[in-house]
Amino acid sequence: MPPPAKQPNVRVVTLTIDGRDLSAREDETIIEVCRENQIPIPSLCYLEGLSVWGACRLCLVELAGQGRLLAACSTRVTEGMQIQTNTEKLQRYRRTIVELLFAERNHVCSVCVSNGHCELQYMAQKCGVDHVRVPYRQASYPVDSSHEMFRLDHDRCILCTRCVRVCDEIEGAHTWDVMGRGTECRVITDMAQPWGESDTCTSCGKCVQVCPTGALVKQGTSVGEMVKDQHFLPILARRRHAQ
Amino acid sequence: MSTSPKITVATTWLDGCSGCHMSFLDMDERLIELVQQVDIVYSPLVDTKTLPDHVDVGILEGSISSEDDLEKAHAFRKHCKILVSLGDCAVNGNVPAMRNHFKLADVVNHAYRDTVAVQPQTPTRGVPALLSVVKPIHGVVGVDVFVPGCPPSADAIWYVLSELIAGRTPDPSSVTRFGA
Ligand code: SF4
Ligand code: SF4
Ligand code: SF4
Repeated sequence: MPPPAKQPNVRVVTLTIDGRDLSAREDETIIEVCRENQIPIPSLCYLEGLSVWGACRLCLVELAGQGRLLAACSTRVTEGMQIQTNTEKLQRYRRTIVELLFAERNHVCSVCVSNGHCELQYMAQKCGVDHVRVPYRQASYPVDSSHEMFRLDHDRCILCTRCVRVCDEIEGAHTWDVMGRGTECRVITDMAQPWGESDTCTSCGKCVQVCPTGALVKQGTSVGEMVKDQHFLPILARRRHAQ
Repeated sequence: MSTSPKITVATTWLDGCSGCHMSFLDMDERLIELVQQVDIVYSPLVDTKTLPDHVDVGILEGSISSEDDLEKAHAFRKHCKILVSLGDCAVNGNVPAMRNHFKLADVVNHAYRDTVAVQPQTPTRGVPALLSVVKPIHGVVGVDVFVPGCPPSADAIWYVLSELIAGRTPDPSSVTRFGA
């Protein structure tokens, strides 16, 4: 689902974030307001220009008067909200989330083509994850190298579905989908066929650019070259939704 | 010679490439400053053959891959006040742990028989038995300080040691990361 177009006449609400008095349009989400005001909120599945998925839970925030933590990407601001974005409790939860992502699949950064340009790796460093406290699952996942330009390595996939959303919402090809549950969950191309045999893929490469990790990469790129460019996304998204 | 009390440091490598020790040596001229403050009492870099009973800081490079690694990790834990897990192999298994996806027998056969042209044979004498699953150091003994990186830079090692010498708890995430 694409992000809803902004209404021309929406009310403005006032709220506090980390003690700062702020105002925002009532159709904005907490994460949007934070980004506008340079308040850092970590996220992996959220990407400006794509619909909201709310899966990674890294953007959790505390709301005064609420025992439950809220995902900043999928919660709209309301009048009088008092939000904390970086409490000790949130730091602890975020750290655990990142550790679980590392324990679930096989991330060997030293031999990964995204080493040094990876959002998950960066997140681990920022959240102070210097080791993983739970045992590694050590399950084997396949690699799909059938596409002539790109490669998919399930070992590095964190199931953020950015690829699924960009291909559907921006490129309009809907090559990607998600199959299976729990630890069996994985992204697939078309009806779980090899990517190289896909009838729908236009080889535009948008999914590769938005993938936060080394799960989707260009074939034959070396570590130093595997820099991803996501600047195109908000621009394309705005143009699409303006049509 | 300086009269300030020195802290004792022991290091060893388990299943790793010794790159973390090389990175340690990359501290270059700072090593001279370091020897004013630490005594390396046991290490592949010095000649001592036995681990002393009481060591201030123990540094382990590499993952737990064999019976021998397991023994060394337990000995270090027992004799060292502070245990440092140095480098990605020690911290998360890294490259040695990539064999965990295969049966041990298949791995050994691939290395010593299938891909060998002359005298294919599995070594059994004078080598420690391999464990079926490679684990990070903290998978078998408690670790106090984790320094990720493949290898962690000389600057990162210098920072961690300096903090430990000063009696502080270092924050390695500020200077290094997985795969650094
Ligand atoms: S995808 Fe990122 S976190 Fe995973 S191995 Fe590659 S660099 Fe490391
Ligand atoms: S390359 Fe383009 S069309 Fe093909 S799967 Fe990726 S986003 Fe979709
Ligand atoms: S392949 Fe990349 S973009 Fe797609 S779900 Fe996995 S990590 Fe996310």
